[in-house]
This record gives sequence, C-alpha cells and structure tokens, in this order.
Amino acid sequence: MAVVVLEDIFKTYHLGSEVDVPALRGLSLVLEAGEFAAILGPSGSGKSTLMNVIGCLDRPGRGRYLLEGEDVAKLSRDRLAAVRNRKIGFVFQSFNLLSRTSALENVELPLMYKSDGLSLREIQRRASEALDQVGLSDRADHHPSQLSGGQQQRVAIARALVTEPTILLADEPTGNLDTRTGLEIMEIFQKLNDHGITLIMVTHEQDIGRFAKRTIVMRDGRIVRDDPVEDRLAASDEKEKLPVLVAEEESVQ
Amino acid sequence: MRPEMILLVALRALRRNRMRSLLTAFGIVIGVAAVITTVSIGNGARAEVEEQVTRLGQNVVLVFPGSRSLGGVSIGGGSANTLTVEDALAIHEEIPEVIAASPEVRSQRQVSYGNRNWFTRIYGQSSDYLQIRQWPMEYGRMFDEEDVLRANMVAVVGQTIVEELFEGADPIGAIIRVRGMPLEIIGVLQTKGMSLMGSVQDDIILVPYTTAFRYISGRSHAMVINTQVYSAELMPVARQKITDLLRERHGLGPGQDNDFTVQTQEEVARAATETSRVMTFLLGAIAGISLLVGGIGIMNIMLVSVTERTREIGIRIALGARNRDILRQFLVEAILLSCLGGGIGILTGIGVSYVLAFYADWPVYLSHNAIAYAFLFSAMVGIFFGFYPARKAARLDPIEALRYE
Ligand SMILES: Nc1ncnc2c1ncn2[C@@H]1O[C@H](COP(=O)(O)OP(=O)(O)O)[C@@H](O)[C@H]1O
Ligand SMILES: [Mg+2]
Repeated sequence: MAVVVLEDIFKTYHLGSEVDVPALRGLSLVLEAGEFAAILGPSGSGKSTLMNVIGCLDRPGRGRYLLEGEDVAKLSRDRLAAVRNRKIGFVFQSFNLLSRTSALENVELPLMYKSDGLSLREIQRRASEALDQVGLSDRADHHPSQLSGGQQQRVAIARALVTEPTILLADEPTGNLDTRTGLEIMEIFQKLNDHGITLIMVTHEQDIGRFAKRTIVMRDGRIVRDDPVEDRLAASDEKEKLPVLVAEEESVQ
Repeated sequence: MRPEMILLVALRALRRNRMRSLLTAFGIVIGVAAVITTVSIGNGARAEVEEQVTRLGQNVVLVFPGSRSLGGVSIGGGSANTLTVEDALAIHEEIPEVIAASPEVRSQRQVSYGNRNWFTRIYGQSSDYLQIRQWPMEYGRMFDEEDVLRANMVAVVGQTIVEELFEGADPIGAIIRVRGMPLEIIGVLQTKGMSLMGSVQDDIILVPYTTAFRYISGRSHAMVINTQVYSAELMPVARQKITDLLRERHGLGPGQDNDFTVQTQEEVARAATETSRVMTFLLGAIAGISLLVGGIGIMNIMLVSVTERTREIGIRIALGARNRDILRQFLVEAILLSCLGGGIGILTGIGVSYVLAFYADWPVYLSHNAIAYAFLFSAMVGIFFGFYPARKAARLDPIEALRYE
C-alpha cells in the first residue's frame, strides 16, 4: 500500500511582497509501506521543504498529498497536529531535544499530546521502552547536555518512535555526527526498517544514501533521479570495518 | 490533551527555568504583599474607629485634641497635645450636666506573665470609665479613685488577656509585666464578644490614667476625654459648656479657632463611616496599582520567554501539540506563577503586618477575606496577563520556530 502519494506539488516561499522563492516545482512521488528512501541533492534543492510537507508541518501551495489515502491538504490545523502526533516521527539534524529535561521526559513529550489521553504511568512505560529500543535505558535521567551527540540523536529517535508512527522522517540525521556515530544511527534505522517502519531520510552524503533501499535525487524543487539501491550496505558491517578504515586513512596521510 | 497533562507539561516547563520562574513570581509577591499589608493597616484603623463608636455608652460626648472642622476622627490618636488631665477634671467638676469624665491614653505594649508573652493595648482611664461605657465586670473589682490618685500598678483585663496569658484561669492577684514593671491584676471584664469586632475589644488592659501617663505610655496629654452626660436632652447644653470651659482654660480669644473638638456619639459614628469609606477606596486603589504592576511584570517576562522559547514551541508543535495545547500550557504556567507569587506574597504580607504591629506600634488586623481575595486576584492576574503571551506562543509558525536560533 502507498503510504505517501504526492502529485504535482508546488511550494513557493514569499519573501516580502515582491520576491518569490520557488522551493518545490511540480514534484510527484509515491512511497510504499516499508520503504527506506534517501533523498539526496544540493543545498537549496528543496529537500527540507519536501520533508516539511510530508511531515504535515507545512501545506503545499498546489498539488495533492495523500497520507495513507487521506487527503491531508484539506485538514484543519488541529487535525494536522493530530496527524503529526499519530503518524509522523521527526528526527532533526540538530536533535531538537528540550534542554534541561531528562531523556525520558523528552521521549514522553509526544505521548502527552495524544488525543486519547494515556495515564502518566503508561506514558512513562512506553517512553522507557522506546529508550530501550535505541539502547539508552541507562541514560533515562540524563539531560541532553550530559549526552554525546550520538546519544542525543538516539533520544530523538526514541521520541519519534514512541507514538508508533507510520513514517519516520529524518532531515540530515547524521549531519552533526562523526562517521562512527553516524553509522550507529544508520544501524538503528536499518533495524527499524527491517521491523517494518517506513523511513525517509534527507542527506547530502552519497555514502549515507547507500544504507537506504532507494535514493531520490532532487534539484531545483524537482526529482531528477529515482533509483533502487543496488549495492546496499549494512551499517553494522561498515561499523566493523571502521577502525581498519581509520587506520588505512592514517597510513595514507 | 488531558488536563493533568497540561498541568504536568506546564510544571516541567517552569522547573526547567527555575530562576526565571521565581523572578516572574516576584512581581506578584510584591503586589499581593502590599495589598495584604495595606488592608491589614486599614482594618486596624477601622477596627480602632469602630471600636471607638461601639464602646460609647449612653449620652457620651467625646473631646479630641486638635481641631477637626471636617469631622475626621482620631484614629492614630493624639496628634495634637492640647488636652490635659486637668481639663478632664475641670469638665467633671465644673459642668453640672456631666456625670463622669475620663482622660484616655492608649499604648500598644508587649506584656508577659511567666514565659508567656502577648502584644496588646493598654488604656489609661479614670475609675468612671466602665460606667461611661456601661461595661460590666466579670469578677474582681475596677480600680477606684484611690488607685488613680496614687498611680497604683493595678490593672483590669479583657477576656483575651485571660486566655492568652493565663489559659483561661483566674488571674486575680497575678503580677504581669509591662516594660519590666509589675502590674497586679485586680479585675476581669465581661466579654464584648457579641459586637462586630468582639475579640478586638476584649484584647485590652485598663489601668489608672495616672499609671499610664507615668509608667506606660510615655505621653503627657490625653488622647481623648470620654464624658458622660445625664440625659440625651442635656447633650447640646453640655456640649456648649464643655466648649466654653475649654476655650477659657486654653486662653483662646474671640477670633481664635478651637484647639480641640467636641463630638457626640452620633457625629463620631457618622465620621467613622465616612472614614471607612475613604479608607476602603484608597486601599482599593493601592491594591489595584500594585497588582497591575505585578501583572505587567508577568506579562513582560512571559513575552520575553515566548521569544526565548521559540524553538521549544516549534518542537512541541512538530510533535503534535495543537495551538490550543500551547496556549493552555503558557496560560497554566502564568497562573501557576501568579499563584506561587500570591502564596509567597500572602506570607510576606502577614509578616510585614506583624512587623508593623510590633515595631511601629500600629494597630494591625489581618483579614481572612483580604487574603482570600488577594490570592484570587493573583490567579486572575495570571490569566489576564498570561493570555496575550500565550496566544502569541500558540500562533507561532512551526517551521519558522524550528529554524529559530
Ligand atoms: N522559510 C523560508 N523562507 C524563504 N525561503 C525559504 C524558506 N525555507 C526554504 N527557503 C528556500 O527554499 C529553497 C529550498 O530550501 P530547502 O527546502 O531548505 O532546501 P534544502 O533542504 O534542500 O537545502 C531554498 O532556496 C531556500 O532558500
Ligand atoms: Mg535542508
């Protein structure tokens, strides 16, 4: 079943009354359940804008967007908020955790906005379970400032997962991380995808794209290439090789 | 979103910024403390005024020092030193319509018995005073002319004193201490608990005025002369005679104003009502201004905090918070802050009131109503001044908010 259907989507930013910046220009895209798509493209090509549209944070200016068959463009702001809460999980480049707030409380946050109110006990149970899934149960009480970048991103992934969303959207999730930590994040993503979560990830690193199942290349607000990944890499294998690679790089220098 | 979740989210947000939260609440602390203190002072003054009215007996004429052409009433007491004990004695002796005259001198003092202390009012009066006031004794005796003449260290006490210093036991013959000096209790007054400010009136110690002048008050002039006239019909005559007598005794020529004021009980009652009204109005104004200032403080800090927390708001919206969830969170935060400020403000206000009562010798009475209203007001201030920043937060565009550095 198609999870995301985008048909001829346009999005233009208006700067002042004179300047119009077209960010998406007639983009169409279908994503099936269980896909793991990487969106590549130069800076300014509209990747983040596309993610915001798919994530229901922003409405397209023109075009049709069906999320699990539901026409999202017509929904009220409150309904969109509920859709974000139930169906979408966001992972950001800059983690976007609440500072001075423990990992557990950060993960609890989306559950508090659920329309069918859960008890605090249930919220806490689910949040610790999600933290467990990303291997951080021993850091539940830590604040973001007490966690490494990779750990912060894992908390963010747990927060995105905790509502059991239909799609996980990640905009440059490894952008602020070193190679090894980036691979750890990819490992988690691949595992989640193996368990059936649909994943869309923006990256500007070609290598990172090879962990996905499909790469979509954007330029000037349109899709210019869309290929399945032939030589797919397993992040766990790459991580194994890593110390060797680092050693090789050092010997070359 | 469940209501308790909104509360939890707001509490956690406040906890994240303890310092800012406390500073925000501080504005309300000052406002509420100011309200409680001013109302306590106002109540004290009013109780004092009402007491002056209610304790008037039959056919009473009061003489105050200083001239009050507009019918004000002495509340702090004795601003001018124009009435002497001799004036009171002369009124009693030379005016046939007058049955009794008692020069009054009041002070607020700490009294002690054993290891118990109590802060109360000590009134110097003549031996006629209870007759003028028509205030019966419970037991023991009132001090007599002999006691007054010799300035004996004897006292008649109200029910509150019996409760506070003796836990209700018979105090006759006991020696209490005022400013280190011994005072023997010779009588106990009946309770005035039926009257409006009942317990206030029972919180009293009567001593001979000579004793009060010499050992307790540190004053040399009467604050009021209480006089009683034989009958209601004689009141105008008595009033005129008192005026003439005092003008003569004070050596006032034909063109000079009175340096004292003679009032009947009705006039005092009327003036008291007027005073209460003005007082209430003034206090209302002060209360309003100080709470307004506190509220604007809350709004100011909340507005700054909305800008500062733009990214947090963006995150919450991305995670599925609806506009109204954000609105409610900020509103609840504002209400919690103002209630916290209200709570601390009440405690501060009570503290300041007691300090004033203790060190400034000012009659202060705490009002439960004022405390309840102050708290309610501070919650309302939270809603009122929290609304605009909360709405501003709720209207943020999530994409802009997430990009905010
Ligand atoms: N909020 C905005 N206001 C104005 N222009 C914007 C805004 N967001 C993005 N743009 C513009 O839209 C285009 C696409 O941006 P974006 O989707 O962020 O690209 P990418 O994520 O691929 O770098 C760029 O030209 C960018 O400058
Ligand atoms: Mg981008």
